[in-house]
Amino acid sequence: MTNTTYAIELKNICKNFGSVAANKNVSLNVKYGEILALLGENGSGKTTLMNMLSGIYHPDSGEIWIDGKHTVINSPKDSFKLKIGMIHQHFKLVDVFTAAENIIMGTEGFVGSSKKAAEKIKEIADGFGFSIDPNKKVYDMSVGEKQTVEIIKVLYRGARILILDEPTAVLTPQETEKLFKVLDNMRKDGCAIIIITHKLNEVMAISDRVTVLRKGETVATVDTKTTDIRKLTELMVGRPVELKIDRPETERSAEPMFFVKDLCVRNEEDVFALKNVSFELYGGEILGVAGVAGSGQRELCETIAGLMQAESGEITYKGENILHKSPAEIIDLGISMSFIPEDRLGMGLVASMDIADNMLLKSYKKSKGLVINRKPSRELAEKLVKRLEIVTPSIKTPVSRLSGGNVQKVLIGREIESNPNILITAYPVRGLDINSSFTIYNLLNEQKAKGVAVLYIGEDLDVILELCDRVMVLCHGEVMGIVDPRKVTKEDIGLMMLGNKLEKEGGAENE
Amino acid sequence: MDTLFNFLYASIIASTPLLFGTVGEILSEKVGNMNLGVEGMMWLGAFAGFYAAYKTESFLISLLASFGLAAVGALIYAFLTVTLKANQNVTGLTLTTFGIGLSLVFGKAMITAAGGAPKTSDVFNAKVAAINIPVLSDIPYIGKIIFGLNPYVYIAVAIAIILYVYLMKTKTGLNLRAIGENPAAADASGINVNLMKYINIIIGGGICGIGGAYMSLVMVNGSWQDSGVVNGYGWIAVALVIFSSWNPAKAILGSLIFGMFSSLRYYVPSDIIVIPTAFYQMLPFVVTTIVLIVTSIKKNKENTQPAACGINYFREER
Repeated sequence: MTNTTYAIELKNICKNFGSVAANKNVSLNVKYGEILALLGENGSGKTTLMNMLSGIYHPDSGEIWIDGKHTVINSPKDSFKLKIGMIHQHFKLVDVFTAAENIIMGTEGFVGSSKKAAEKIKEIADGFGFSIDPNKKVYDMSVGEKQTVEIIKVLYRGARILILDEPTAVLTPQETEKLFKVLDNMRKDGCAIIIITHKLNEVMAISDRVTVLRKGETVATVDTKTTDIRKLTELMVGRPVELKIDRPETERSAEPMFFVKDLCVRNEEDVFALKNVSFELYGGEILGVAGVAGSGQRELCETIAGLMQAESGEITYKGENILHKSPAEIIDLGISMSFIPEDRLGMGLVASMDIADNMLLKSYKKSKGLVINRKPSRELAEKLVKRLEIVTPSIKTPVSRLSGGNVQKVLIGREIESNPNILITAYPVRGLDINSSFTIYNLLNEQKAKGVAVLYIGEDLDVILELCDRVMVLCHGEVMGIVDPRKVTKEDIGLMMLGNKLEKEGGAENE
Repeated sequence: MDTLFNFLYASIIASTPLLFGTVGEILSEKVGNMNLGVEGMMWLGAFAGFYAAYKTESFLISLLASFGLAAVGALIYAFLTVTLKANQNVTGLTLTTFGIGLSLVFGKAMITAAGGAPKTSDVFNAKVAAINIPVLSDIPYIGKIIFGLNPYVYIAVAIAIILYVYLMKTKTGLNLRAIGENPAAADASGINVNLMKYINIIIGGGICGIGGAYMSLVMVNGSWQDSGVVNGYGWIAVALVIFSSWNPAKAILGSLIFGMFSSLRYYVPSDIIVIPTAFYQMLPFVVTTIVLIVTSIKKNKENTQPAACGINYFREER
């Protein structure tokens, strides 16, 4: 192989979904022994592009060249044959199978020799510095372990070209560091790696070159060494952007508005999802909640909103225990929740209804008479579309057709319009691009200034540290500590997320 | 003592069609397709098996015919749900209605042609009678219930055991289970999801069909009646899938228990305990209901319905 042969070369790839162009004349290339970062805002077509390499989608036009040969990839099987392995953002694993079963499934052979497979898995794991228990069931695994299984799965199939779709979105800083070490080993081993991300500091840390996509088109390919975060953001967004999140100093209410004391909740599997959780929430502050996915964040939200029953403990609001109240009663008290689950539409909005009708969901009980009066909800919808710059053909478009960011704006907008005293937001910027994220941060800060108590459940530690006034860290349903983000580092919080309780001297709660 | 073993023998005889239906449906559900057409496929098998036996007197041809026609029914279901992504429940229910209707129409034509209820010949009846292996079947009590059964019973148990090994011990079985649990994961691993679905839905349907043939050839002594051949056994089989927690080996035990309930009435001394016949006829269905309630209460990640069962898979859906 000469130096001019690329592992992957994409030439003028186009892909349309209906009338929407997801990719327009995209070209990129990556060599063996190199890490290419694919950078772009949400909806810029990164994942679509990579799915064409893994055989899930077909390009409408354009050419894919692998190892210097023009190829057509029809199915995931074809892409394995070309030694391409994709690690999807949402893991594609069978929960009730063990790690080894997930790794060997779909490979050749009628009767799989599990002994041989286990040896090969161990060999791969040792070679790149992974740790893995082949007999552990996936449903018992942490997110980091699941990702390890995904990576070994493609290596087991002999992949030399790896594509990772937002691999660090769900990892703690420590796990990210471990992953990067593994990727570095692979690069030294001669693998070609494409990493999709929108975290700029990670691009700077790991990649050799960066290809930037904007609105489905390649904007530029630059050497990482010759660029910096500011330049990359400009390329990605198309104009200069202020990257600092505001944390306005506001007057915190003298008394907490809301107490949670010794809250214990069991989840559907009858396991404790929350154990003796206690905290208080003041008016005019944003309390951040950090934790690895599945540490009890969902249960906390749902218990406060009255959707889940607590086993013991109390939740006090204005001197009243609200633990056994129905969701409707809790909403009437002025506690508002905008919970954005992984699929964005699961809770809070009805996907097949339009924006106006989704506004109605929270207010239809207040209107009198037999027939629904749609006028106020239509007006509210118009107002939100204008104010939050929601991109939609009209307020009559079903929310399922809006992009993720716009769906989130609809949801948060509606919650804020009900003038809550307490606003609970879970993952409000998940999957949003920089512009939309800042719109949301500003909205939350506005609420804080009005004296609303905001509970912010997030996953990006950089954001939590910049936006929140206090940060509570959860691990396996227990509070590891509440810290002042101005006084701790990301690594401190990362350690707490992994189960190290806050020591008294450290971060120090300023109570 | 004799009564007890006679009861067991009768229970085994009554449980066999359930076992066919149950393992056939397990195979389909394991690749993620809930096929509510079991009753219909059993009817198709009942008719085809009977007609072939009536015309040819060959056991093998009858067996293949029952498997084949029911497999065609399953093929229609597979085409609608796997290729055209139609709703699985509606398609399955339609297959039941279709199978019953088609079998009755052709059955009626057969009755008209024969001028009365057609009967299979004695030559054929001898082929499906109890085998009675010499010496072994003479062992007191257990000899008859292990070595003195008709060929279908052995075929059913063999299929159940083979399927157990296939599903739980082979790589192909692993791939198949992966599809039922998470078709997107299976697809991303390079498994041909649609092909595997077709193959297993069709084989599963064919197995259900043999159960139907057993009912028209053995349970009613080889005469085609105008109605009531399969008699709701297909529905019990659907429930038995849950009772056996999707495990073909456990299905052997599960169907035996239901066989007991349906043959109980002949072995309860009627001079001592007087219960109306209708009650006994109701019993298997009442037990089915109770089993469904109890099994749906238990919470367990494993030994439960495949996670993607009932949901069609679109590769490009996001």
